Amino acid sequence: MARNDLQGSLDLLVLKTLSHVGEAHGYGIVLHIQKASDELLSVEEGSLYPALHRMEMNGWIRSEWKLTETNRKAKYYRMTAAGQKELQKAEKNFEQLVKGIRAMLRYA
Amino acid sequence: MALFRRTRNKISRSKLEQEIDAEIQSHVEMRTADNIASGMSPEAARRDALVRFGNRTVMRERVTEEDAGMVWDSLVRDLIYATRQLRRTPAFTISALITLILAIGANVVVFSVLNALILRPLDVPQSAGLYNVVHKETGFDNQSYPDYVDFKARNKTFRDMAVYRIQSAGLAAGTAAYQCWYYRVSGNYFDLLGILPGQGRLFHATDEHGPQSAPYIVLSNDFWHSRFASDPGIVGAKVYINKRPFTVIGVAPATFHGTDVFMWPDFWMPIVNTPDDEDTNFLSNRSMHNLWILGQLAPGISPQQATENLNAIAQEMARQDPTADDGLSARLVKPGLMGDIFGGPARAFMTGIMLLAFLVLLAACANLASLFAARTADRSREVAIRLAIGSSRWHVLRQLLCEAVLVSVLGGVLGTIFSFALLRGLTRWQPFPEFPIRVAVSPDINVYLVALLLSVGSGLVWGLVPLRQIWTTDFTQAMKSGSSGTMVFRRYSPRDLLLGAQIALCTLLVTASFVALRGMQRSLHAPLGFQPQQVLLAQTDLHMGGHTDKSAPLLQKRMLDDARAIPGVTAVGIIDETPLGTGGSSTPVFRTGTTDLRQSNSAFSAKYFSISPGYLEAAGTLLVSGRDFTWHDDDKAPRVAIVNQTFAHGLVGNESALGRSFLMGQTACEIVGVVEDGKYDSLTEAPWAAMFFSLQQNPDTDTSLVVRSQLQTSDIVPALRKTLAQIDPALPFVIHTWADALAFVQFPARIATATVGVMGLFAAMLAVTGVFGMAMYSVSKRFKEFGIRVALGAQSVQLIRVALARPLVILLSGSVAGLLLGALASQVLSHIVYQATAYDPVVLVGVMVTMAFLGLLATWIPAQRTLQVRTARLLREAEWPWPQARPVRLQRQRLAAHDRVRAAISPPRAYVG
Repeated sequence: MARNDLQGSLDLLVLKTLSHVGEAHGYGIVLHIQKASDELLSVEEGSLYPALHRMEMNGWIRSEWKLTETNRKAKYYRMTAAGQKELQKAEKNFEQLVKGIRAMLRYA
Repeated sequence: MALFRRTRNKISRSKLEQEIDAEIQSHVEMRTADNIASGMSPEAARRDALVRFGNRTVMRERVTEEDAGMVWDSLVRDLIYATRQLRRTPAFTISALITLILAIGANVVVFSVLNALILRPLDVPQSAGLYNVVHKETGFDNQSYPDYVDFKARNKTFRDMAVYRIQSAGLAAGTAAYQCWYYRVSGNYFDLLGILPGQGRLFHATDEHGPQSAPYIVLSNDFWHSRFASDPGIVGAKVYINKRPFTVIGVAPATFHGTDVFMWPDFWMPIVNTPDDEDTNFLSNRSMHNLWILGQLAPGISPQQATENLNAIAQEMARQDPTADDGLSARLVKPGLMGDIFGGPARAFMTGIMLLAFLVLLAACANLASLFAARTADRSREVAIRLAIGSSRWHVLRQLLCEAVLVSVLGGVLGTIFSFALLRGLTRWQPFPEFPIRVAVSPDINVYLVALLLSVGSGLVWGLVPLRQIWTTDFTQAMKSGSSGTMVFRRYSPRDLLLGAQIALCTLLVTASFVALRGMQRSLHAPLGFQPQQVLLAQTDLHMGGHTDKSAPLLQKRMLDDARAIPGVTAVGIIDETPLGTGGSSTPVFRTGTTDLRQSNSAFSAKYFSISPGYLEAAGTLLVSGRDFTWHDDDKAPRVAIVNQTFAHGLVGNESALGRSFLMGQTACEIVGVVEDGKYDSLTEAPWAAMFFSLQQNPDTDTSLVVRSQLQTSDIVPALRKTLAQIDPALPFVIHTWADALAFVQFPARIATATVGVMGLFAAMLAVTGVFGMAMYSVSKRFKEFGIRVALGAQSVQLIRVALARPLVILLSGSVAGLLLGALASQVLSHIVYQATAYDPVVLVGVMVTMAFLGLLATWIPAQRTLQVRTARLLREAEWPWPQARPVRLQRQRLAAHDRVRAAISPPRAYVG
């Protein structure tokens, strides 16, 4: 049984974002998810940073302080090899979850 | 790696927090800029950016809490907060601390004694696999020397076996002379235990070459220290033991006190040697059971295998010598407590006391639990605020647990310190100056572990009680109505049950104390078979003066004649060992005509004593029929005996025993007198058969001179001492009243009474504070209700009935349950205390009065409070009975809490995430 909770999906969204854009700060991740999901999903800032910190502790992402285009200091996150593996796992889990829920909806 | 990162974070926590702040800051700035770009006013833009984060502090905590290593950090914060909370309520903290110090302290004391006497192996280098080999029948523990030699030679399961016996003698060195207790041990004794000399050398198996071949002794370190001032020149010195020369060849190490935990010998002597002429016969006599066998199992052998092996050998030996070894069997017991003689009762007693101590601790926990629950209820507003501003329920609970465990550990540490002070006193204590009995209790790692476990465990037990309260706190309700609204009075809660159980325990202990006290009091007037009042004993062993069994009767006659001449003396007599003293041998008795003298053919076993003419009168033993001995019952006259009623009944039933004979070994004895039954070994024993022989026909150097007089003890003692010194100045005497000498047999009962009494006192204190706290709390919480009742016309009596009905019902039912349990428990006590029974009007009334008094004590103040109800004021103020003077600090904290609430007012938007 795949681990399919909301926290898992937040991790998936963050990892997917990083794999797509390569490097992003927290605010950038929020914007990207919002944009890429056609404004359907919005990440709560209060949950994002604990999640980022946890993922960093787990070694899935790395961070470093850099300057933005507007010359502001920001912490940029980048995916590691372990993060890549985690992303694949999370994607698979999510597919299963969606499949499962679809099946349920069709059946009911 | 992850662990490393987390640890690093833990160390640089403040740096991490700064980083999080900076990151959030940059996030907020970027969002603000974007908001302004999309047309918001600067203020609105910034507000929107901030609101998205919700409570920033909470979020920062959530980020840092992702680190497992941060648990420690938050624990420290919890502890600091807990200290502050406890300081704010000193009444609660101090009462909790005192309760815990007493309860945990009592447990540590009892456990330390249990550990030292029973759990810990003997303090010798090779303690693994050490056992005493005793007989299967309990209480019949000693072995004969030839049996030991056979067991040792034939077994295949023991690495080695040694024997020892405990004796006393007079030791003279230079001009000083002391009465000593010593071990006579086989030559391999020290080597078996792996003991190395402290000074000089120890003796070995190779030193033994038959009787009287090794006149050496090894001193104990304590004896060397106290009597010879640790003089190293003692090695090689000559000393005189019972006037015979011995050489001190060495001193044992300071850590070695022999192989019994509470009996510390002064020195050790090879068993082949003796300071008394005739005392080596046992080396070849298979029927003289006077030794303890100590054996160490061979590697890989289980006690079971060894027992089977020894029993097979025992059966073989019984076949070879059916008279002496009839029904011989073997059993292994843990060494250190003289086999089962002390081991059985000591184990049972200590386990019982440990259980009681533990129950007292549980009662203490129950008390603290109700206190704590009440305290939590009063803090429901604080809890509600903390929940409202984003704290998790788990966090609040952890906080409360932290307070409970902090108090418990503090109480445990103080309790342990307090108990160690007590134990140091116990270690120094020598209950009987004439016996080397010591209770050496030194705390080891086990004791510390148990103390820690009890402290933390009890903290968790009572700290978890408010669990449900916190889980069900509805903070919007709690904030609105304050503390009084959350308390729901159901008819009976688990807390009441706890209190009831606690009162039952208290009653149980009070009952047990009364039963024990009554038993003690009764034992002073018990039919002992002699009258110890107004009697002085002068005890010695004539061996110490160099006399023998042959010369003893003459000397004893002179002692009697001279003592009788002292003015004021009404009767004198001599017995070898006084009944209810330390000795007390028994032997099988055969009917006349028995030829096969094996034990299974005997009529019964009987205690035997040697007495002089006049002893019965001096001791106050009633002669039921027949005559006393005379000086004509000497070794030339036919053998005669005086027996007690149990003996007579066992031999001839209801007929007259006078003139009848029985066999004692090969010798026939004629019964010339019958005396009343008595107590011989302990106050609680079943009636024993006993027989008395004439001191001239059955001489003994053990001498107890029994002197009955009308004079004050202080008047007669000097006269008696002077008289005895004239007979033989070198002979040491122990002179004391017979009543004092009985302290030895009353010792277990006294200890039991004292322990049960102390525990009972603890339990009573806890029950009183428990009932008091509960009554006080419920009264204070219901003041508003009482105000309404008074306003509606309730009278004082009705009011008190409402207020105290529940505490009283609990008190009553708990007491009844406790009394019933106490009746059961006193059956256990009856093994230790004379005629212990709860079905005694004095005990029943005593318990009821005590419990009523305790109940009154506990409910008096709450009742007074109830009667002070002032209706108008009460209806106005909900919380009147609680202290008015709140410190300013609290005011400040309230403001701070208010700020925190305001910060939390803007709720986060509902986002996915």
